[in-house]
Amino acid sequence: MIWSWDYTFEVLPEILAAFIVTLEATLAGFALAAVLGLAWATARMSPVSWLARGASGIVEFVRSTPLLIQLYFLYYVLPDYGIALSPLVTGILALGLHYSCYTAEVYRAGIEAVPRGQWEAARALNLPTGTTWLRIVLPQAVKPTLPMLGNYLIAMFKDTPLLAAITVMEMLQTAKLTGAVSFRYLEPLTITGVVFLVVSLIASYAVRYLETRHAIRR
Amino acid sequence: MIDFLQTHLPALIEGLRVTLQLTVGGAVVALLLAVAAGLGRRSRHRWLRWPANVYVETFRGTSALVQLFWFYFALPFFGVSLPALVTGVLVLGLNSGAYGAEVVRSAINNVPRGQWEAGRALNLDERKVLFRVILPQALPMMLPPAGNLLIELLKNTALVSLITLSELTFTAQVQRAATLDTVPLFALTLLIYFFVAQILVAGMRRLERAVTRHRGGAA
Repeated sequence: MIWSWDYTFEVLPEILAAFIVTLEATLAGFALAAVLGLAWATARMSPVSWLARGASGIVEFVRSTPLLIQLYFLYYVLPDYGIALSPLVTGILALGLHYSCYTAEVYRAGIEAVPRGQWEAARALNLPTGTTWLRIVLPQAVKPTLPMLGNYLIAMFKDTPLLAAITVMEMLQTAKLTGAVSFRYLEPLTITGVVFLVVSLIASYAVRYLETRHAIRR
Repeated sequence: MIDFLQTHLPALIEGLRVTLQLTVGGAVVALLLAVAAGLGRRSRHRWLRWPANVYVETFRGTSALVQLFWFYFALPFFGVSLPALVTGVLVLGLNSGAYGAEVVRSAINNVPRGQWEAGRALNLDERKVLFRVILPQALPMMLPPAGNLLIELLKNTALVSLITLSELTFTAQVQRAATLDTVPLFALTLLIYFFVAQILVAGMRRLERAVTRHRGGAA
């Protein structure tokens, strides 16, 4: 038999421990993407044209180039400017930046779906622009986007193995190194795949639940 | 500037050639799998539906890089050792194909039921209804999401550098290590990817227009 259960149980605890790092990277990266994406989305709708065009350009560029090179870029370039971050923090920055350009699109769709009358009502009540955004538009815009944001959270989770390329000891890197020690890659890599599969299947069910709940409320 | 381009551009273009091979090869594999699995998931036969479901859920549920490493490092334990380029094309195709299957399936589901019934009423056999009535109407709906998947595929080719294939990203890394021209070199590499992505987007737009014009503009 090719598969060794003894070896499986030997490496399982190490890989599961590394899952914590994967989870940290996902959650911290997504927190950044959620906030930064909102900044891009509002900047793109700004009446100041250089701001709107600049934000659109950046979002378009980041979205159509590979995350891996963006990761290398931050990893090698930031230290040159005296910014010494740990590989994990660098990875979180890159993930957050990359996915903020996807969440920006999601927010934009959400903001555009807010009826014009809401803006007009806010203006009629003489609310300042900041208050209109924070108290009127965004609360209505963000909620319907939650399932889409959930999908990007799952996508980001599945992109965390890229951090292995800048030496972060997340699940894949741990699996590869344990495999290299014993010359047996089959079990550690399969376990890693299964963990990803189980977590993202559960997460997609959660997102689907969010979608149906929202649909019923409408 | 000229010096910099003379040092790096020939190598990067060589890398780009491999990146394009991966993109095109992966897209062909993905297209075949997407149609097969997309139709398979709608099949009446359990022995078609089941493998299609398992394929789509497995490849959508795990990470592309994990899949790549698995095929490159773990598959040899089953006696199958593939070269890096073949592994890259295969995994990129399998990965995008799983997402593409959902595109195919949802586009077919969005064709009104009446079209199936009308086809049947005209006494067309099942296959003719599918290929002559349903798919031509589903195709225009598939193209925009397929274009997005193609860009994702292009971006994913960078992952193949991690199994030591000298495509664009790998080449950029090697050149960086040799010259330490980090910022301009990575900036140039990103620009090349961006440029290729723009060409792909423009190509998909043309294809969309061609398909809708063929249908007399009625969507």
